[in-house]
This record gives sequence, structure tokens and C-alpha cells, in this order.
Amino acid sequence: MATQQDAFIANLGRIYGVYVGGFVGFVILMAILEYFGVPFRYILWGYLGLTIAIYAFIGIIARTAMVSEYYVAGRKVPAVYNGMATGADWMSGASFVGMAGTLYVLGYDGLAFVLGWTGGYVLVAVLLAPFLRKFGAYTIPDFLGTRFGGNLPRLLGIIVLFACSFTYVTAQVYASGIIASQFLGIDFNYAVFAGLIGILFCSMLGGMRAVTWTQVAQYIVLIIAYLVPAIWMSYAVTGVPVPQLMYGVVLDDITTMEQAIIAAGDTSLKPHVQPFTNYSPRDFFFLIFCLMVGTASLPHILMRFFTTPTVREARKSVGWSLFFIFLLYFTAPAYAAFAKYNVMSLFVQGESALLAFEAIPDWMYRWGSIEGHSLVVICGEKALSLEAVRAACDAKGFAEGVPFSELNLNKDMIVLSTPEIAGMPWFVVGLVGAGGFAAALSTADGLLLAIANALSHDIYYRMIDPMADSKRRLFVAKVILLVVAICAALLARTKPSDILSMVAWAFSLAGAGLFAPLVLGVWDAKANRAGAVAGIIAGFGLTLFYLIGNVYGFDFTKGTGDEISWWGVASISAGIFGIPAAFVVMFVVSRLTPEPSREMQDMIIRLRVPRGAQIMEQTH
Amino acid sequence: MTEQISPEAAATHWARTRRLMWTCLILWAIFSFIIHFFVSALNTVTFIGFPLGFYMAGQGSLIVFVVLIFWYATRQNGIDEEFGLAED
Repeated sequence: MATQQDAFIANLGRIYGVYVGGFVGFVILMAILEYFGVPFRYILWGYLGLTIAIYAFIGIIARTAMVSEYYVAGRKVPAVYNGMATGADWMSGASFVGMAGTLYVLGYDGLAFVLGWTGGYVLVAVLLAPFLRKFGAYTIPDFLGTRFGGNLPRLLGIIVLFACSFTYVTAQVYASGIIASQFLGIDFNYAVFAGLIGILFCSMLGGMRAVTWTQVAQYIVLIIAYLVPAIWMSYAVTGVPVPQLMYGVVLDDITTMEQAIIAAGDTSLKPHVQPFTNYSPRDFFFLIFCLMVGTASLPHILMRFFTTPTVREARKSVGWSLFFIFLLYFTAPAYAAFAKYNVMSLFVQGESALLAFEAIPDWMYRWGSIEGHSLVVICGEKALSLEAVRAACDAKGFAEGVPFSELNLNKDMIVLSTPEIAGMPWFVVGLVGAGGFAAALSTADGLLLAIANALSHDIYYRMIDPMADSKRRLFVAKVILLVVAICAALLARTKPSDILSMVAWAFSLAGAGLFAPLVLGVWDAKANRAGAVAGIIAGFGLTLFYLIGNVYGFDFTKGTGDEISWWGVASISAGIFGIPAAFVVMFVVSRLTPEPSREMQDMIIRLRVPRGAQIMEQTH
Repeated sequence: MTEQISPEAAATHWARTRRLMWTCLILWAIFSFIIHFFVSALNTVTFIGFPLGFYMAGQGSLIVFVVLIFWYATRQNGIDEEFGLAED
């Protein structure tokens, strides 16, 4: 068994090389089939069917009966591969599907997300990852419970983890269901379970080990799927297939077109490059801060760095993670610019800078008339047909045509619809669908493991039955995983709009609840249990209080006028109060109460140097 | 492992580690926040076809983050080895 695995690790380059070649070959095969007239529906089924089969295959061959393999992939994952897995773990269905769309809608201000979701990795690398690896815990609550002693810090850690991860995993299952239903043409109620099966195959039998190797495969699919349409558009518009460099020129064209549109009287247009048209500078920087600290505190990301062989590899691995994430995030602004260029070009044909009703392209009606969503809204109404659009615009006083600012594209449709809008063939459309599906599944896998492992390792093994043998522990871990996954799927099936919008809360909640105890746990030897408990309660409590108070008010109903607002801070930036509060409270309380025992302080000294055995020697 | 780490070596190693941490955090703060305070001024400069302020938020800072982490990993590894505290 052991030698078989070592052979696998030693041959990783060859195995994934063959995999990439095979996947590219499959894309080419789809192109050929399309050329010979195979209906597009089969091509889309082909993509989703093949990728799910690959993930399930990896999940099944990577099944395991060993506890350390299940929780931390045996701590054998090389830095580069852990980087790819982290990239897939990190980039959710929403990042893949919605990031470029956010930038399309918000222009410069949307770059707060690009900055916020990358810069946090510097904090991970410098402040946390190497030390957490040296510590040798299986989960984040496990670290808190051991470092600060006792079950209360552990339990609080689990509560924060659950609060930030469960809504998030529900959103991933929802996203996978949406993509599956759109691309397979099946009902959402069943498509949710297609996503669920994809997720369970990967995570249930092999835990972290299976998820790791599936996530590497998913990263490769999602990055190819993201880059191909961007390269295609760049080549079509500029003649050079490097979108990330060429969109500077396109931004210039967009500015010129915007000036023409404004000159024609459409003054409500917000220029793409101009900063702070949607957010105030303060909101922009608060958002960046909360997203960065939140990134550095999300348990499903931090636990990926438990899987490297050494502390040195853990550090390098953070660099690789960010590199692989960067490949997508520095393409997203280019994607947005090319998409905007294509759409805006429709409007600047004549003097009036209006899109004539007869010239409205078909895709606007096709995407606009999808039931249950408002993806294309023209003059305030869903774009159902020429007559409907004409009537809506007439009512608003636009008898000649549609002005640019009256066309609202939903941010979630930009990436999925761009291949079709730009006239790319179906094999590219299917590829993009497979990429979005991979992004949603891989993040769901990571989140699901984070939640289920906290329940099985921290609650069952550490608190309820510390005498359980490894067979029983794994059985419990897998049952809990299954239950959590089914709960998430059943919840996603109800299309809970409130839950889905709460995903944005995850960053502030994680940052406020976990960042201070993790950072001070390593960097402040005098930080103790009382400090950690007080810090978590203060930071997490304050943030949750503001989130609920700001969004719902304390009658828990939206828009009843009892909502609170402190200096107008947006709910997504609620961590701006809780994160500093957690640090201050934890520091002060730690100083006012007896310092940690001599043994604990010695342990912290050993934690800070890579040399020597890891702190926690797990029993199995 | 059984061999003891001398308290002096550990203390100096930690002081150096801490200094590197602060250096990294200062660079992180500059490229996360401070440079973007000046976005409007930077936008008057054109850099490889981009308004520089937009470029920094969309690409420049990201490249700095990636390079910064690899630089940190190398430097910290150097510190560990200097004090004989790296992994075997």
C-alpha cells in the first residue's frame, strides 16, 4: 500500500501531464464532433459526463482507511500540487462565474474583490501557514483547543467555522445545480443532486486525500476553461492572444466609446476606468481589508497547508497557491473589458448612441427570457421579446432605441454567456460550463470536509469518545460528511435567497472570529485561554451583531426601518469592527489573567522553529 | 527529536523572523492600500497601454503579492538554516 502511494507521488508529473493531454484531446474531439454536426446538447452532456466521471474515478481510487490520510492526505502533497488544489479550493463557482461580471458592472471599484481575494495569501504565508503546519493539528478548532487548552476555545472555533462555511457550501451546491440544469437542460430540483453526487464521490471515500487529487484535476479544467474564451476574444479584437496584456488598449477604446455615449446625452453612465463611482474610497478600502483578513482565516483554505510534507514546503506552497489563483484573477479584468467592449460596440454605431430595437441581438432575448432569473433587463423590464422591450422603453421615453445605461446584464451571466455572445462554437460553451462546474464542486468539497472534520474530529473524537479506534472514527467522519452534504443540498434546493446572500458574510465572520486567536496563538506567547475565548466572543459577536442589525434589524425582517448602521459601513465590511476588537480584547484579557503554563510557552518556542517533530503527534 | 534548542539561538532566530514578518507586512500594506490611495494621480500615467492606477489594482499589486511570498519563503528558509533550525 505504502509503496504504491510513493510511486504515485513520484509520478505525479507524468500522471497529470497525461491528464492534461487527455483533456485537451477531449476538447479537440468535441470540436471535431461539432464540425461533423453532432447536436450541441450532446456536446454539453459530454463535457459534464466526462468530468464527473474523472472526479469520481479519482475519488474512488484515492479512498482510504487511514485516519491521517483521511484528514491531511498523509502530509505528502508537494508544494506545487497543493498550490493547484488550494486554487481550486479557493475559487468558488461564484468567482468563476461572477468575478468578471462584477468587474463588468462595477469597473475599477470591482477590483476591490481582485485585490482582497489575493492579498490575503501574504498574511497566510507570513503569519500562519508554516506554524500551523508545524503544529500538526487536523483541523483549525483542533489547533485552538490544543494551543489554548480546554474544550471551550475548540467549541467556539467550531461555531465560527460552521457560521462561515455552511452558507458557503450551500451556495456551491446551488451553483453546481444551476450550471448542471442550464447545461444539461434538466430541472433544477434534480440537477442539485447531480452536483451532490459529484461532490460526495470525491470527498466521502477518501477524505482529504481524494479531495486533494480531485481538486488538482478540477483546477486544470477550470483554468483552461477560463483562459480559452479570454484568449479567443483577445485574438478576435486585437489580433494578439494575450488578453492580460492587450486589454489596456481595449480599456482605451471603452473610454472613447463611453465619451461618445455621454456626449449623446446618456449622462448616467459610470466610466469603467474611473475609480470610486460605485463605492466611496472608504468602502473600497474597508472591503479590501475584510476580504484579505477573511481569506487568511477561512478554515477550508488554512487546512490545505496541513497537507504538505514540511514547513518549508508549506511556505512555498502558499506562493504556488497564489500564483495559480493569480492566473484566473488577473484574467478576470481582461475578460470583463473584452465583454464590455463587445456589448458597447453595439451602441456606438450612430450619432444617437442608441441601440435600435430591430438591432437588438438574439442572445439578449435568449438569456433574458430564462425563467426564474432576470439576467437581461432592458429599460427596467426583463428582455422577453422585441415588443416587450419596445413597450418598456417607450414607457420610459426612449422611442428611438435603447440607451447603454438602460441595458442591465446580471453579473452571473457574463462569463457563461460570453462565448455565445462572441460567436464562439459550442465546444467552447461546453468547456466553460465544465469549468464553472469544476469550480463549484472543488470549493464545495473543501468546505464540506472542513465542516464534517470539525464535527467528527473535534466534537466526536476529542469531546465525546476519545477512546474510539480509527475504524470507528472514519466511519463517523464519513456519516457526518454525508449528513452535512445532504442538508446543504436540501437547503440549496429551496433556492434560499437569504442564505445565498449571506455568503458575503463569511469573510467578515471568519476574519473576526478566527484571525486574532490564530495569529496571537503563534505570535504572542502570553496569549492564554481566557484571552482567546474573550477575543473570539467579542470579535465574532460584534460582527454578527452588526451583520444582523444592518441587514435585518432585530425584528429579523428586512426593510422595516429598525436596521442599524454605524457610520454607514456596508454589511460586507462588518469585519472592520470585529477584527480589531478581537485583537484588543484578546490581548488585554490575556495580560490581565495568569499567563500560560511553562510547558505551553516552551511548546510555542518549538512551534516557531521548523526543526524537530511536529507539536501534536496524532495517535494513529 | 531529543536535542535541545539553545534559548539564545531560538531568541535571535525569532527576532530575525519577526523583523522579516514586519518587512513583509509593510510591503503588503503598501501594495494593498497605500498605492491605491493615489489611483487618480497614477491614472494620468500610461503603462504598457494601461492607466497605471487601474493596472496596479488589476495586475501590478497581484504580481507583487506572488513575488513577495516566494521571496519571503526563501528569506525565512535562509534564516532557519543560518541558525541550524531548518528541517533535516
